[in-house]
Amino acid sequence: MLQLFQKKRMWRKSPLKRHYDVIIVGAGVHGLATAYYLGKLGITNVAVLDKGYIGGGASARSTAILRANYLTSQGIPFFRESLKLYGDLAQELDYNMLFTRSGRFDLGHTESAVFGLRMRSQFNQMHGVDSRLIGPDEIKKLIPVLDIRQGKHLPVMAALYHPPGGVIRHDAVVWGYARGADRMGTEIHPFTEVIGIKKNDNKIIGVETTHGFISAGSVVSATAGWSSTVAALADVNLPIVTHPLQAFVTEPLKPYIDATISSANLHVYAYQTDRGEVVIGGGVNHYPSYSQRSTLDMLETLSGHVLELLPALRDVNVMRQWAGLCDMTPDYAPIMGKVDGLDDFFISCGWGTWGFKAAPIAGKCMAEMIFTGRVPELIQPFSLSRFREGKLVNERASAPAGAIH
Amino acid sequence: MAFLLNCPNCGERNVGEFRFGGELKVRPEPNSSRDAWTDYIYFHRNVAGDQSEWWYHSFGCRKWMVALRNTVTNEVKDVLFPEDVS
Repeated sequence: MLQLFQKKRMWRKSPLKRHYDVIIVGAGVHGLATAYYLGKLGITNVAVLDKGYIGGGASARSTAILRANYLTSQGIPFFRESLKLYGDLAQELDYNMLFTRSGRFDLGHTESAVFGLRMRSQFNQMHGVDSRLIGPDEIKKLIPVLDIRQGKHLPVMAALYHPPGGVIRHDAVVWGYARGADRMGTEIHPFTEVIGIKKNDNKIIGVETTHGFISAGSVVSATAGWSSTVAALADVNLPIVTHPLQAFVTEPLKPYIDATISSANLHVYAYQTDRGEVVIGGGVNHYPSYSQRSTLDMLETLSGHVLELLPALRDVNVMRQWAGLCDMTPDYAPIMGKVDGLDDFFISCGWGTWGFKAAPIAGKCMAEMIFTGRVPELIQPFSLSRFREGKLVNERASAPAGAIH
Repeated sequence: MAFLLNCPNCGERNVGEFRFGGELKVRPEPNSSRDAWTDYIYFHRNVAGDQSEWWYHSFGCRKWMVALRNTVTNEVKDVLFPEDVS
């Protein structure tokens, strides 16, 4: 009986060794997913280091929306595979993640926006992703509380309806991966900041941390908003600018809306959580910053716009507002792979505002790449070298709420 | 955290009046290699700390200016017209 009240640690605390086969910098969802899938391939002499606590950066600040309704022939299959992995993740990790496939609606209020949504629906169907264009009547039937704005400025003309999209409990995903990796023998070391990366000619040999030097066979950086600062330790410049992204939640309400809605024209997206709070987010700040403080102007703009779609929220109180850092790339697509001219250094970055939904497949592909030394086909289009080869992947149109920087 | 920029023309104004124009870099010569132009256009230092950067006062005097800002605290230390930058 007493055992019921005993706290079980989800992951061990172990002394830092002086050498690991793989060191992963960043204990967010990407770093931990990479560690977990490395473990499944039998690589467990691995340390995941973080300057803060587990999942305390972008993973904690993500609004946890999952979807695969992207635009490009490179992006759609990648996010499709991620959504598939998310579908089975609770079972795989034996951890309840409260994944709710409530359906995702990308609203179009102008002819050009509807054109973009129609294009996405066609490409989605070509790549086996369930998404289709629906008109205002069907939207109103599926989301009765939505103001479809007939006769008003920016009426809802159509929506890209993506039924398998939804929301997951983001902390659970992080903790599930952490526990899964720990059970296979991987070590997780929070509050161990990497302050230097040591090279021998063009080969990475280890990292300098706040707890001393650790040598490593390979080093992986999965540091999201701080990717540029970590890469700079290895004298690598990245095509990344760090912008804050803000969101806020209302007080809990009775079940009111069971869909995830997003509007690029109104720069706002919203959904109701299992606790009843309405989460409201939008585009990134228009200037780059590493500050994680929220701003009043963003709260005002987002509130104004969400009321244009969900007028019933008019008198509802706001409980919390926060900001997370997004590593934005010029083409709104991620960067995964090696850095040319540098051995045993892997980067997984450029996760901007689309990183959380990609974590399982990105972690799996990163692990496979480290294990085999070859780049999996699924992530070949997302190499760092694409910027030098003129092979950008333009996912701008599918960025959430038109998160244009 | 939002902040104010001290426009040399208009005085202290809210950041919402300005458009960010990227970190300050040396522009390559027109006939430079494609690699040099790729570096200039796509690759950034993206420092966490003091950064010299371009701003355009789009809802004000519509002049370009260079600010020295700490990107972690958003403290703006100096704003100058480009011709006054040493």
